[in-house]
Amino acid sequence: MALKIVKGSIDRMFDKNLQDLVRGIRNHKEDEAKYISTCIDEIKQELKQDNIAVKANAVCKLTYLQMLGYDVSWAAFNIVEVMSSSKFTYKRIGYLAASQCFHESTDVIMLTTNQIRKDLSSPNQYDTGVALTGLSCFVTPDLARDLANDIMTLMSHTKPYIRKKAVLIMYKVFLKYPESLRPAFPRLKEKLEDPDPGVQSAAVNVICELARRNPKNYLSLAPLFFKLMTSSTNNWVLIKIIKLFGALTPLEPRLGKKLIEPLTNLIHSTSAMSLLYECVNTVIAVLISLSSGMPNHSASIQLCVQKLRILIEDSDQNLKYLGLLAMSKILKTHPKSVQSHKDLILQCLDDKDESIRLRALDLLYGMVSKKNLMEIVKKLMLHVDKAEGTTYRDELLTKIIDICSQSNYQYITNFEWYISILVELTRLEGTRHGHLIASQMLDVAIRVKAIRAFAVAQMATLLDNAHLLTGNTQRNGICEVLYAAAWICGEFSEHLEEPMATLEAMLRPKVATLPGHIQAVYVQNAAKLFATVLRGQEGAPADSTVAQETSQLLIDRLPLFVQSSNLEVQERASCILQLVKYIQKLQQKDVEVAEEVTALFAGELNPVAPKAQKKVPVPEGLDLDVWINEPPSGSESEDEGRKSKGKAVFAKDESRHTKPRYTEVDEKELAKRREVRKAEQANNPFYIKASPSSQKVYQDGVGVEHIPVVQIDLSVPLKVPGMPMSDQYVKLEEERRERNKADKKKKKDKKKREKGEKGRRRRGDSGPESEEDITPAHMVDIVTEEMPENALPSDDDDKDPNDPHKALNIDLDKPLADSEKKLPVRSHRPDEVLKSPMEDRQVVEVVPEPKKKTGKEKKEKKDRKKSKEKKKKHKQEEEEDLMGAGSEEPVQPEETKEVAAPPPASTPEASDLDFWLSNAPVPSNPQAAAAPASTPRTASGMAAVAPDSEPEEAKDTEPEETKSSTHKKKKQKKEKKKKKHHHNHSDGAGDESVQNGTVEEEEPLPPMSNYALLAENSYIKMMKQDADKVCDIQGNLQDGSQVVVSVIFENKCDSFIKSMEFNVLDSLNSKLQRPDGAGPHDGLIVPFQLPPGISNEARFIFSVQNIVMPQKLKGTLTFIVKTDDSSTHEKLDFKLHFTCTSYLITTPCYSDAYSKLLESGDLKGCSLKLEGVNQPFHHLLARICFHHHFSVVERIDSCASMYSRSIQGHHMCLLVKTADQTVSIDAKCDEPGLLGNVLDEIKLTFSQC
Amino acid sequence: MIKAILIFNNHGKPRLSKFYEHYSEDTEQQIIRETFHLVSKRDENVCNFLEGGMLIGGSENKLICRHYATLYFVFCVDSSESELGILDLIQVFVETLDKCFENVCELDLIFHVDKVHNILAEMVMGGMVLETNMNEIITQVDAQNKMEKSEAGIAGAPARAVSAVKNMNLPEMPRNINIGDISIKVPNLLSFK
Repeated sequence: MALKIVKGSIDRMFDKNLQDLVRGIRNHKEDEAKYISTCIDEIKQELKQDNIAVKANAVCKLTYLQMLGYDVSWAAFNIVEVMSSSKFTYKRIGYLAASQCFHESTDVIMLTTNQIRKDLSSPNQYDTGVALTGLSCFVTPDLARDLANDIMTLMSHTKPYIRKKAVLIMYKVFLKYPESLRPAFPRLKEKLEDPDPGVQSAAVNVICELARRNPKNYLSLAPLFFKLMTSSTNNWVLIKIIKLFGALTPLEPRLGKKLIEPLTNLIHSTSAMSLLYECVNTVIAVLISLSSGMPNHSASIQLCVQKLRILIEDSDQNLKYLGLLAMSKILKTHPKSVQSHKDLILQCLDDKDESIRLRALDLLYGMVSKKNLMEIVKKLMLHVDKAEGTTYRDELLTKIIDICSQSNYQYITNFEWYISILVELTRLEGTRHGHLIASQMLDVAIRVKAIRAFAVAQMATLLDNAHLLTGNTQRNGICEVLYAAAWICGEFSEHLEEPMATLEAMLRPKVATLPGHIQAVYVQNAAKLFATVLRGQEGAPADSTVAQETSQLLIDRLPLFVQSSNLEVQERASCILQLVKYIQKLQQKDVEVAEEVTALFAGELNPVAPKAQKKVPVPEGLDLDVWINEPPSGSESEDEGRKSKGKAVFAKDESRHTKPRYTEVDEKELAKRREVRKAEQANNPFYIKASPSSQKVYQDGVGVEHIPVVQIDLSVPLKVPGMPMSDQYVKLEEERRERNKADKKKKKDKKKREKGEKGRRRRGDSGPESEEDITPAHMVDIVTEEMPENALPSDDDDKDPNDPHKALNIDLDKPLADSEKKLPVRSHRPDEVLKSPMEDRQVVEVVPEPKKKTGKEKKEKKDRKKSKEKKKKHKQEEEEDLMGAGSEEPVQPEETKEVAAPPPASTPEASDLDFWLSNAPVPSNPQAAAAPASTPRTASGMAAVAPDSEPEEAKDTEPEETKSSTHKKKKQKKEKKKKKHHHNHSDGAGDESVQNGTVEEEEPLPPMSNYALLAENSYIKMMKQDADKVCDIQGNLQDGSQVVVSVIFENKCDSFIKSMEFNVLDSLNSKLQRPDGAGPHDGLIVPFQLPPGISNEARFIFSVQNIVMPQKLKGTLTFIVKTDDSSTHEKLDFKLHFTCTSYLITTPCYSDAYSKLLESGDLKGCSLKLEGVNQPFHHLLARICFHHHFSVVERIDSCASMYSRSIQGHHMCLLVKTADQTVSIDAKCDEPGLLGNVLDEIKLTFSQC
Repeated sequence: MIKAILIFNNHGKPRLSKFYEHYSEDTEQQIIRETFHLVSKRDENVCNFLEGGMLIGGSENKLICRHYATLYFVFCVDSSESELGILDLIQVFVETLDKCFENVCELDLIFHVDKVHNILAEMVMGGMVLETNMNEIITQVDAQNKMEKSEAGIAGAPARAVSAVKNMNLPEMPRNINIGDISIKVPNLLSFK
């Protein structure tokens, strides 16, 4: 004891640190709270001291206490103090504490802005790192706005450690400050290709998070991600990308087609289960997005299902779980392929792991058929009995109901069975889903007419045994069932065997303990039953005492309900009580009352679709927000408000109980109303019920009335010992099917039928049945739900308006406007490409009427977009006229290509994406199939010939260069003064030009491909895409230019091809970019293998010094062909041809900028004439756009101006005119050599066709 | 996104809690309790994924948990994370702890929760995975610890001595709660680097 005191005082001498605190808490287990409160007092003392070390220590302890659940927000200011310490040790403690307990409403956060900014720019990378980590946890909209700029700078930090943190935190900044997304996005995109894998992975991570919420804005990044997917080896990155593609494919089916092959390859080749699983998942998403039409579609599904089966069969529970999860996705679209694995899934139902059982349950939903429904449900019912823990059991219950009721009870052949299943389910203790069972009972009883008699009998028993359901307070949820039971018994009381008994059961005093809304239904339906009893008695006047007894019963029992505290119950009870009293008086005078009383409840109810009310369209001219009368003055309106509120409450109640139409109208009016209603129904196309055929089925259908109810001993059905009663039906059903089968074969064997169950009658005379088509035991007409006549199509918008991601739904493809550049951006971004030509000139020139006002730019653009759309329509009409008059080509129907593409494909990314995607084979596209017929040229034919037809003599580059330089000189001589282009500066309203877009929306175009055959031998075929596009736009201005070459490798032989190595002999001008450390002659390993018949695409980056001349590079591909018994080393030589076109980037340009560019006079001109071109003008333009990377600036009739830009920033302008099969192209460029070569290439393109 | 990372022991005592969305302290404790309740009643050898956990975000989220000796490691993630990937991340996290604490045990986490936070900060930032390469994580953690030591310098020495003395005074400092199977790799999850 003494020792303890001494030790305690020693502790005091030193400051208690975190370890001491923890130790202390552990030593005070019995009075922990008290100990901690003394500790907090100490901490408060420590925080008052000036010594930062003491403070930091205190804050450190507070962080621990926060984890234990103590509120430490009072120390927020001290935390900020510690954060601002100059020592890393304390700073880290401060930031940790802040990240644990700061949040948006912490007011001291605004004090931190400058401190954080200072830390972010600290020379010590760990100071910056700690600040970023902390900020990621407590960033607020204010902090995000103030620091966005600093963080963006950090994204280009020299240290990858900082870069990756800065990239990641941008996601949080975007969430809090959505305006920063557009300015920051180009840089974020750059980071996708960062040399450091960590940074790359962070960028992928951020974009995936962004894209998950608003996938359509990121569709244009698909090519880039595709490249990453085929080149990356980091599984984390791959998984993220593959998941992202899973989100993108539903928006763009063509993407899916492109993906399927590489994904299938990955599935075959990867050893990482996580990656395999994600691949399978995305393949499934792809398959779902492509509804049909893929030739090897079923193969992919089979592959997926087969791989999933392996997962499910695995002993690892995790894989089993995931396998089932993915399987359920396939199930939605391809139920057949999953159904074959029923055995496996049923097996999983017995798994000891609840997560797995739940997953298996989900799957069962899609696997039922008419044949196996009873069997499956029987199995589930067994599980219900076994199940412990209410969650799983409730889940089972809802699943059973879901399974049975799916697609309008499609799979139920025997509704008696279903009703008895429902009744059995009411035995479940403590379930929360009483209302679910109840609504099923109601639904079935209303919609399946044939079952009513049976249902009523069952419900009557339920009512009679109500005490079993309500006896235990724990069973509260289940008493909802009584609501349904009472209503069914009342509404369909004509089917009741003993209405008196049921009436008595409904009026027991115990009923008063039920919830109010159920009592109300009881009272109301007691009245209905009363009417039935009266009618029943009236036929036999001798027994009029029974009728009077019934009235007396009601008069005796109803007062109990009149006293109810529930208004609804009270009101109904008192109404009915008075009515019954009146009837009793009449009865005593021997007046026949039955008919009048029955009339109270005449008519039948139709099921109404749950959303029917919502779907009733507001009539034209009705404005619900307009006052009907002048708004009343203040005091009155208050009064009014109260009144109407009261009314509303009442009205709502009424509508909830509209089923019992309790109105005291005289017979005449009732009849009139009925007439009106019938007429209405006759006109209502949705009203199916009154059709004579169904009525007939109901009335004289095959022995419906004879369906015996008696055989099942229902006096104690709620707790049948031994076999549950639904099992009887399963047996019966089996036997019935059996018998039907037998009937078909031998009609003699009829005696057998009488065997087991006491002569249960069924439709034995229904004739033979085919085995696949199991006919229902009853003739069942399922009444469809009513909908209002002119219901609007579903427009449910379930999106959460508070979702922070909604704000991030920003179109990223739209070029940045000037006003946006003011946002947290420091340096010029590559996206300014668009504006730069114009801006450059602006400095030099005096613009007569400056159209562009920076502030308005954004708005203007929007307007322009709108008017463009309008114009397009205009244009289209005109175009069609034109075509109809002048061209031989059949005018094809409206463009279908851009269905999923983001609206106007005016942006470079969008059109790039289109091109990229259209490279994939599109067999299912009717347009593509139709097009070759109408055009004299095949898909890749033209491009394929281009490089090959080039004279072969150029063995090495030098003669080639001299040759082209002579070319150049010739061209220069030919230079002519260009005609000045005229442009309309108007913002686009009214004129009919197409600005800044490719023409491809106008009409279907023949399919084009930039892939050219590179080399081919008996083993392998290489297709090269005409060095498609330059990616690193920023890089081209400083550290040279890059060209990306996509090569498709196709395995043409029957053996496996692996270890492919791609190598190119570098020239002085062009170099293949190799990974760091590789020698200049090393080949690049192609990152995949090729199974037979498979093709895949790889991309290679080349850096190019001089882009004025076309280039040729020689290369070889080495690979190993692996057959069953041997493998051989093979080699294939090829020549890569870089045309000058390859160096052009499709860049959009506005017409005003374009005209200034032309007026500047810096450009040299050149022209070209093509004879005998007999294709429509827009095809011609599209071809130039596609093959030579131009974009249309403006088009007026048969004259168009086009623009493109080289990777080194040369502007190139074309004016294309056509007249009588002659096309003249006037071109201008600031680099004449390049221009000459490009024109040559254009000429070549057109001479090919 | 990772919504929360929780570590608690077999009795539900929190050893580390990191929420990437803000909750009040009470709610946090409630979440920890609820999660413990869900996780602890599961047998060994059942799958590591759990649905439902009403408190954090609801149905879209999953709990991914692993049990090491006396500790549960639970990550609450949404649908953008790969389940197996996160499972692997937990493994990386535990292995990193093992390296940093030299044969880690529950007591290390109890007494050095701040260090655990610092290690975690190098792996996950604001709910997104920052780094999965163990060597890289350890390099960064070591570099920061080194900085801390150099800052403490001579001034820090007495404090260290005191705390060493305190530790010696402690009657029981059992290091027997070792996480025995720490080095056991998950089968089938081989190729993460």
